[in-house]
Amino acid sequence: MTELLFPPGLLLVIGALLMPLGINIRNALIFSLPVICLILIWSAPVGYVVTLPFLGFELEPIKITIMGQLFATVFSLMTLVGGIFAYKTASTLELSAAFAYAGSAIGVTLSGDLITLFVFWEIMAIGSTLVIWAAQHEGAYRASIRYLMVHLFGGLLLMTGIAGHVVETGSISFEALSLDSISQYLILAGFLVNAGAPPLSAWIADAYPEASPSGSVFLSAFTTKTAVFTLLIAFPGTWLLIPIGIYMIFYGIIYALLENDMRRILAYSIVNQVGFMVTGIGLGTEMALNGAAAHAFVHIIYKGLLLMSAGAVLYRTGKRRCTDLGGLFQSMPLTALLGIIGALAISSFPFTSGFVTKSMIAQSAADQHLAIVWFALAAASAGVFLHAGIKFPWFVFFQKDSGMRPPEAPRNMLVAMTVFAVLCVGIGVYPEPLYAMLPFAVTYEPYTAAHLVAQFQLLLFSGLAFFVMLPMMKRTLTISLDFDWFYRKFLSATASSGLRVMQVVKPFFNKSVKQIWQAFQKAFNASRLSDYHLASSWPTGSMVLWIGVILGGYLLADVYF
Amino acid sequence: MSENKRWLLRKENIRTLWIIFIAILAATVIAGLFVHQHESFGIEDSFGFFAWYGFITCVGMVVFAKLLGIFLKRPENYYDDSNIDKSTNGDDHD
Repeated sequence: MTELLFPPGLLLVIGALLMPLGINIRNALIFSLPVICLILIWSAPVGYVVTLPFLGFELEPIKITIMGQLFATVFSLMTLVGGIFAYKTASTLELSAAFAYAGSAIGVTLSGDLITLFVFWEIMAIGSTLVIWAAQHEGAYRASIRYLMVHLFGGLLLMTGIAGHVVETGSISFEALSLDSISQYLILAGFLVNAGAPPLSAWIADAYPEASPSGSVFLSAFTTKTAVFTLLIAFPGTWLLIPIGIYMIFYGIIYALLENDMRRILAYSIVNQVGFMVTGIGLGTEMALNGAAAHAFVHIIYKGLLLMSAGAVLYRTGKRRCTDLGGLFQSMPLTALLGIIGALAISSFPFTSGFVTKSMIAQSAADQHLAIVWFALAAASAGVFLHAGIKFPWFVFFQKDSGMRPPEAPRNMLVAMTVFAVLCVGIGVYPEPLYAMLPFAVTYEPYTAAHLVAQFQLLLFSGLAFFVMLPMMKRTLTISLDFDWFYRKFLSATASSGLRVMQVVKPFFNKSVKQIWQAFQKAFNASRLSDYHLASSWPTGSMVLWIGVILGGYLLADVYF
Repeated sequence: MSENKRWLLRKENIRTLWIIFIAILAATVIAGLFVHQHESFGIEDSFGFFAWYGFITCVGMVVFAKLLGIFLKRPENYYDDSNIDKSTNGDDHD
């Protein structure tokens, strides 16, 4: 076995920088790098650590853990399949940014210390911002800047927290942290910003749908799931995460129900799905943590698939609103079919991947007799089918006949979607390989008659509710206010009114300063001090010179005597 | 092939689909009589629990979203440049 000395994530980051060298090099890198990365991740055994001394700390740029391997594997897979989806239509800027972004996400999952983690964390923020930016329209540019602001803020919280934590404990090790002081809370907050937790959840639905059709596929996978990974490692069983997770679950459902933009519906449902994972981490039992990790794994696949089908529709029609779409199953039947498989998987339909993972989280709530959590999760499972499982395919592919007859998605897009659709069904039917990769031994059996009946009842009656309530779900040409109103409207309004106040005050201020200064000069000139040489003129330079001479004198005096 | 597609859009077929759908719904509820749910809260093993719970919570979520929409919905161009234009217009004289 060759020794793994080079962080696999860094390989993708460096590869990303080579992509502008030419289209052939770029395409070769797209298909080879994720595979090499995957091989490297599995070339070292669990527990393998590479250390690197740095400024008195022992960095651990590579640390192979079961959890890290699990996330790094699905990240590499996503990079490869996302690359297949994107390589014909995406710009080189987008692809390099996406690879740097993916590589740094993998870097986080394999880092053994907080400093390495932080460095990759920030590369991720830059990479993802550039992915949004690469869509190259005004809306995307602005959204990317807002996105960057949120993530720099999150990074600031994390940085402050890490610094405090290192000072308090002397340890930079990235492991389970107890919430002892403000530092650990800051680290938690930094992770939660990236997870899309309240109050800053709005960044996901604000930024992701502005990216290009392929850009949003990459974006959906890495940032939030890296946050889930860090929470899994650092804060398992933190009670606080349960209410946060449940809030995210229902926030995602409600906002998705109000939404008209198909990719924004899917963006809200990312918050919803990450909410399930965060709740699982909060529950903290072995089964719940297994469930959260497994759910992250399959979520990346079906969410990627859903955004690919939405991306293919956007690519072919140029339309993103439900009100403009509809009836596309007639000319894009394969995209519709593959999108529906993704929609069934996100709804945890039996024999899809969501069914075998999400139920582990609900089961651990039941095992701990947390009735409110369990009832909330059951309602939320029904709600997922409502807002993503039916709403997305219904409004995009069925609904009314929009009159559009776009051609079927390009072949490379269909290939990428098929790979993911096969995985969605494959993991659902045969979950054992995934279960074997989880950090704890799996004792859970998803396919019991009781579970199947319960899930079918829950989902199908949710479907009934959808069609009964359809008149109330009529799409409108609207957006919904969210916390981002505070930084998009309120702050800019206060800033501009503040500016106006200052403009009013400024002449008075200038005038009074001028008067005081003139009065001082007059008094000075009248005094005898003004007769001395240095006072005859006021060059700052002469003052600096004399201070320099005096300080130099002190220095010499200090050295020689 | 296009024959097949129009099938799904025809009104009388939608009625057929509804009948099939309701039959499946009834089947899941009846199937519930033969299995034992054991989440240990008591209520989950009552008749058709997941059916009515799923239906009612979903209706609740749609209604809640609708009500919230009254306060939260804004026209699509709500955030478009208006604030930026205003502030730059205000600054011109300096």
